[in-house]
Amino acid sequence: MALFGGIDIGSRSIELVVRDPHQVISRKKTATTFDPQAQIRRLSQGLVFEKLVATGYGRALVEKAGICPDIETITEIKAYGLGAHDLFPLAQTVLDIGGQDTKAIALMGSKVAKFEMNDRCAAGTGKFLEHLATVFQIPLEEFGHYALEGSQRLEINAMCTVFAETEAVSLMARGTNPHDIALGLHSSIVKRTLTMLTRVGANQPLLFAGGVANNPCVIQLLTEALGSAPLIPEEPEMVGAHGAALHAIR
Amino acid sequence: MTTSAHQKMWEELNLDIPAHDGLLAVLGKFYNDIYLSQSGRLKGMEYLDFVLSEVHGLRIKELQDAKAAGRKIIGTFCVFVPEELTLAAGAVHVGLCSGAEVGSDKAEQLVPRNTCALIKSFIGFKLARLCPFTESCDLVIGETTCDGKKKAYEAFADHVNMEVLEVPQRKTASDRALWKSEVIRYKAVLEELTGNTITEEKLQAAIKLVNEKRRALQRLNRLRHADPAPISGRDALLINQVSMYDDPVRFTQSINTLCDQIEERIAAGEGVVPAGTPRLLLSGCPMAVPNWKLPFIVESSGAVIVGEESCIGSRNTRDLVSEEATSMDAMIDALVDRYLQIDCACFTPNDERQDNLKTMVNDLKADGVLHYSLMFCQPYEHEALKTEKTMHQEQVPVLSISTDYSMEDVEQLKTRIEAFIEMVS
Ligand code: SF4
Ligand code: SF4
Repeated sequence: MALFGGIDIGSRSIELVVRDPHQVISRKKTATTFDPQAQIRRLSQGLVFEKLVATGYGRALVEKAGICPDIETITEIKAYGLGAHDLFPLAQTVLDIGGQDTKAIALMGSKVAKFEMNDRCAAGTGKFLEHLATVFQIPLEEFGHYALEGSQRLEINAMCTVFAETEAVSLMARGTNPHDIALGLHSSIVKRTLTMLTRVGANQPLLFAGGVANNPCVIQLLTEALGSAPLIPEEPEMVGAHGAALHAIR
Repeated sequence: MTTSAHQKMWEELNLDIPAHDGLLAVLGKFYNDIYLSQSGRLKGMEYLDFVLSEVHGLRIKELQDAKAAGRKIIGTFCVFVPEELTLAAGAVHVGLCSGAEVGSDKAEQLVPRNTCALIKSFIGFKLARLCPFTESCDLVIGETTCDGKKKAYEAFADHVNMEVLEVPQRKTASDRALWKSEVIRYKAVLEELTGNTITEEKLQAAIKLVNEKRRALQRLNRLRHADPAPISGRDALLINQVSMYDDPVRFTQSINTLCDQIEERIAAGEGVVPAGTPRLLLSGCPMAVPNWKLPFIVESSGAVIVGEESCIGSRNTRDLVSEEATSMDAMIDALVDRYLQIDCACFTPNDERQDNLKTMVNDLKADGVLHYSLMFCQPYEHEALKTEKTMHQEQVPVLSISTDYSMEDVEQLKTRIEAFIEMVS
């Protein structure tokens, strides 16, 4: 049977969803690296697509990778909308916190009704957490758990990654419990995200996607702020590729 | 461009020649990528291409020739400065707003960092000695619109011969009286500078001349109601930009010729894009040459811009001065009334702008509004929120963008704009 693909080229990772007209066949993921085209080729090795839909920050690169004659590009906003609606048909809002940007999308069915996206600054994105995890010398995957051990939620005012680091370092120098500082940093992300969500209406149910949706501390703080737990798909970073693959079979 | 012939003129204007050469090279390349690469352009755009290619050349030569013949050159930064009076005094009226990131580091010695790019740019151009227009001016007219400009003019006055007109912030009777006294004062300033008396005949002729220019641009805007769009938004923006500094008589003629061609195109059912292409109305801060960043992104992403609700656009052309008046006092009143109709965000309240926006969206059959404000521009950033609200009631989607002249946010803007176009399609 003919194969269709959706590929999401983010700043940190590339996700590929392979499907036929009826169902998803496989999901793959790799790091973007400095040579995304080679990564794209590697990821799709041995696969012959009838049609491929590319999305994400590097969507324009796919055409140049020469892996499929029929390639269409759509934005992450549209792809996340399509993917979210398919996974959770009742979802009204999508929050995606990825490696380099954060998006809040209000849905009308599978269509985008309104969206907000962070501007050129990486504050409040996965990059922010990644950078600060390094400062704490903790693997990114464990940073959320680490923060959850904090008991006191500090107010970190700086939104900018660089200033937040300065603030964190000076708190450490004052002997503040590092878990509390980590908690404060997570909470600053959630605060920023909420502003964006409010601007699109933040209707529930809300689907939380993107790599940061793997972070237990962000999930907990978001749950507290929203008053109920967000819907989180099995592999939250796959929602964009999933939506792109759906677009491919249309 | 016959660079060598202009070289001497630029030297006489004391431009920084190597830097200026660099600027022209960048501008040329930019223009090539954004303009000359378009397909299905109208023949009449050749005039605009030519004028733009000679923006620092032949047009400056014309200004020098006018000066040699005893005419004065007036530079302006706002559509509030009555061009009719400038022309009636036998002077040349040019816009000095600039749309390139030039000399920002120098500009930041005169204005704070959180100043909009437009202000930084005109100061940067002056301090870096790169703008032959500014260097040609005998007098530069500022105006009390936004705080950014008001304070910038104080600093700018150390570098150029300046006069500041007081534009009110509201439109009550006393504001009108204030504005009228300023219009009269501007007339006196011009008469003193030029040594010419502004007679009733001269003013009447100037009113007609500027009205003709605005009528040609109104005609162009009306033709853009057609679907498929007969002209790209980029080209229309360029026309409005050139209107700010070109010779008004020649310009009007060329635009009317262009409009004839557009009419033929519409009659044949043709356009620059296929029928049904998403249509966006651009609204907000003025986009001065060579600020083509957003229109280029929009039109490379599968949409077309059908109107510019801005001062380099319909805000400058929508209203005409009544031609009925013949006495000096009545003509001044007509000018005062016409200029007070300008719906700039510096006014409060400024509900006219929202009404005008609604009309434009309907007339142009726009699928969405792209609101553009320059970063740090308080008036327009505020009205972006207001516009979102109005358009929400009208069920017209709005994408509000705040940016500057740099290119570092282009990728992100592309994603946002493409997503917006997907949304309105
Ligand atoms: S936006 Fe306002 S201040 Fe700027 S040129 Fe227009 S009228 Fe003048
Ligand atoms: S863009 Fe805004 S801040 Fe800049 S000069 Fe115009 S009104 Fe003032």
